[in-house]
Amino acid sequence: MKLELRDITKRFGSLVANDRISLVVEPGQIHALLGENGAGKSTLMNVLFGLYQADEGEILLDDKPVRFAGPGDAMAAGIGMVHQHFMLIPVFTVAENVMLGHEPARFGILDMDSARRRVREISDRFGFDIDPDALVEDLPVGAQQRVEIVKALSREAKVLVLDEPTAVLTPQETDELMVTMRQLADAGTSIVFITHKLREVKAVADVITVIRLGKVVGDAPPTDSTEHLASLMVGRTVDLTVAKGPAKPGELALVVKNLTLFDQSGRTLLDDVSFEIAEGEILAVAGVQGNGQTELTEAIIGLHHRVHGSIALYGEELSHASVRDVLDAGVGYVPEDRQEDGLVAEFTIAENLMLDRSVSGPFTSGLNVNVRYRDEFAAAAIREFDVRTQGPATLVGQLSGGNQQKVVLARELSRDLKLLVAAQPTRGVDVGSIEFIHERIVAVRDSGVPVLIISTELDEVLALADRIAVMYHGRIVAIVSPDTPRERLGQLMAGVAA
Amino acid sequence: MSTTTTERPRPRASQVLRDIASGSPLRIFFSFVLAFAAGSLLIIFTNEAVLDSLGYFFARPTDFFGAAGQATADAYAAMFRGSIYNYRADSFESAIRPLTESLRFAGPLIAAGLGIALTFRVGLFNIGGTGQLLMGAIFAAWASFQLHLPYGLHLIVAILFGFVGAAFWAGIVGFLKARTGAHEVIVTIMLNYIAVSLVTYLMRTPVLHDMDSGNNPTTIPPDVTAQLPKILGENFNLHLGFILALIAVVVYWWLMERSTLGFRLRMVGLNPDAARTAGINVNVVFVLAMVLSGLFVGLAGVNQALGRSGSFSPSIDSGIGFDAITVALLGGSRAGGVLLAGLLFGAMKAAGPAMQLEDVAPEVLSVVQALIVLFIAAPPLVRAIFRFLPEPREPEQLTTQQKPELEKKELEA
Repeated sequence: MKLELRDITKRFGSLVANDRISLVVEPGQIHALLGENGAGKSTLMNVLFGLYQADEGEILLDDKPVRFAGPGDAMAAGIGMVHQHFMLIPVFTVAENVMLGHEPARFGILDMDSARRRVREISDRFGFDIDPDALVEDLPVGAQQRVEIVKALSREAKVLVLDEPTAVLTPQETDELMVTMRQLADAGTSIVFITHKLREVKAVADVITVIRLGKVVGDAPPTDSTEHLASLMVGRTVDLTVAKGPAKPGELALVVKNLTLFDQSGRTLLDDVSFEIAEGEILAVAGVQGNGQTELTEAIIGLHHRVHGSIALYGEELSHASVRDVLDAGVGYVPEDRQEDGLVAEFTIAENLMLDRSVSGPFTSGLNVNVRYRDEFAAAAIREFDVRTQGPATLVGQLSGGNQQKVVLARELSRDLKLLVAAQPTRGVDVGSIEFIHERIVAVRDSGVPVLIISTELDEVLALADRIAVMYHGRIVAIVSPDTPRERLGQLMAGVAA
Repeated sequence: MSTTTTERPRPRASQVLRDIASGSPLRIFFSFVLAFAAGSLLIIFTNEAVLDSLGYFFARPTDFFGAAGQATADAYAAMFRGSIYNYRADSFESAIRPLTESLRFAGPLIAAGLGIALTFRVGLFNIGGTGQLLMGAIFAAWASFQLHLPYGLHLIVAILFGFVGAAFWAGIVGFLKARTGAHEVIVTIMLNYIAVSLVTYLMRTPVLHDMDSGNNPTTIPPDVTAQLPKILGENFNLHLGFILALIAVVVYWWLMERSTLGFRLRMVGLNPDAARTAGINVNVVFVLAMVLSGLFVGLAGVNQALGRSGSFSPSIDSGIGFDAITVALLGGSRAGGVLLAGLLFGAMKAAGPAMQLEDVAPEVLSVVQALIVLFIAAPPLVRAIFRFLPEPREPEQLTTQQKPELEKKELEA
């Protein structure tokens, strides 16, 4: 099916998220939509999927204009969407998930057999090897994604939209996905592939449309050079390398030994994790999301109570300390999800800067909050960290991702640090802020503080790390130097033994 | 996260609560308009003159509209006379009496409303006002007639007893939630039942009951030394309890808006995960919040138990425990708002008898009160009726502020 978007415009208040975007996806073609976070790719796809209504412009399927009031209409018209965050019910089987929403029934009774048959039929056609009776929660991420694809295909999707599909995959799983995409395209399905990763676009796309600030800035063939694509995407030459001198590791500061953690059902989250970080050194943990990195940082910060093993900072045992004690021991913590764990969106910038210091210290005066100190501190932090805002009384929820992250960083770096733990320090952060945040982290290292970075972006790990630890299934499978080749790191991240 | 906007925002329970609690004045005003409009319909169609005129509606429709207008005007005029100023009275003293009565009724509503409001701000839903108020009332009552202390001291001791009783009862909830994860809504509702039964039982035993005064469950009247003194002389019933409620408003304001403890309470209410990550023991805050809530509700119990010279029965709560939820919602859980909402509900309570004299069923007032709450608690409903009201602001709205930054980036290019 041929999909055409014609002059789609979508506004949110004064912000124009999509500005007269036009796009033609030919049948059997893989059309990559390339752009930075916040460029308007997802908005465009939500318009296509009927989640948003376009303010102007029209959608044509096989040259006939269509209107979608909701995802139901879009699906009925043959558009399938695989969201970045899977829309699957973990405790249901594959077949149950696939049939959800259009359950086959006979005499009002669910027809599970026909659902199973359907799953098998589709997965055989593309060599997916999916067991219809497996519970989704037991499947690896890559397989869950294939379930999403089967779900879309089972509804006769002729146009398949994949929104950042590789964000959760290992390099190897990514390769498999690309094979699948090609197969689907050869079978006549049109594919819209949304991503910000240049390498993947070049590997699989037939046509590339680059979007920046809500506008189409150009179409390009995949043979175009990476540099050109990147400059189209960001509007300037990108430089992700951080200017940093060689590390001067000093005394051993953080020693983690045999750290093990189980969840309530007894599943292993951390499996005998051991590593050390010296003063003035950055250890970056690489790995695909969900391989224990989150739990590792949470265990260090004291959010898990039932850890086994030892976490020692300058000899002080922290594995069973409360969060309060860990913070008091001089640990700065940038949580992975700043909106969930790092900030209170409805608080002002000034209030967020004192979140962890409301009990005693300069932010308090007797039983009261020391409002004057708080506001002066905030004004200074805003200046130092270049937070783009109207002032300390602005609600944090109104800031952009990058500025929110700067608030978190300003708070955590303003204490006397003996260790900095930063998880996904630049996730969802604009390019300008990324450079700034990276520079600050390196500055912390250079002041002699040990730094632990967790990142699922290999580029970030490579840019910051003095040493790289790779995590897979809750284990640290290797600690390597940052000049290890990408391919080798990819293998390690996928759990391929040495 | 801003990395993906494909997920539609799910309204979390706390967000819904926030939407309700953050009531914009304009929306609240229109909630009133709607409630009073619906109330007049009830007044009209329960009024005999109006119903009579309906019998010959098609012959003389003006009669119907005249009667309807008359009934509504009479009823709301009676409401005014009953709650604020009785312009028909022969002396200023009795003309102003309704206002003092409104204030007297408002005292416990304000105090209990503050208690419930506090838990809202911490993200808890305390439905246990009834039980806490009862426990506060009987603790205070017990001290008021079982202890015999000098003037001044006796009152203070009795008030403190009331605080302890209610705070203890509320503290159980916080403790169970922190220790076992039990949901506060269920626990508070159950504790309401327990409190009512417990108090009724004790009011048949010598602990609270004068065994010579019949079998109905009642308390012994408080000693004169433990009664809240009347503040406008013997002709008015308004007592010190109202002043204490006003002081509670100031304390609540200071606690929530200025103190470091209030900062932590609000933090836990808005984002418990961030609070935990900032080193705050959220469970301790839950217990503290319930105890503090109990202290405020306890003041309402003290008002009820000591603001009288006679005995009382288990119905002493007279709906305040639940009305307090309404007052807290209506007041947006803020000190000033709760004060105003408490005054309004006090006035409504005071207006009841006067409206009854105008042949308005007292239930109509309850319906109007309930409708106000209904409209307040359903912001989307009011917004759907009055379409010009603004949508609630999304706390995670990044896009509008991102733009200048993006433009700047473009300039750099």
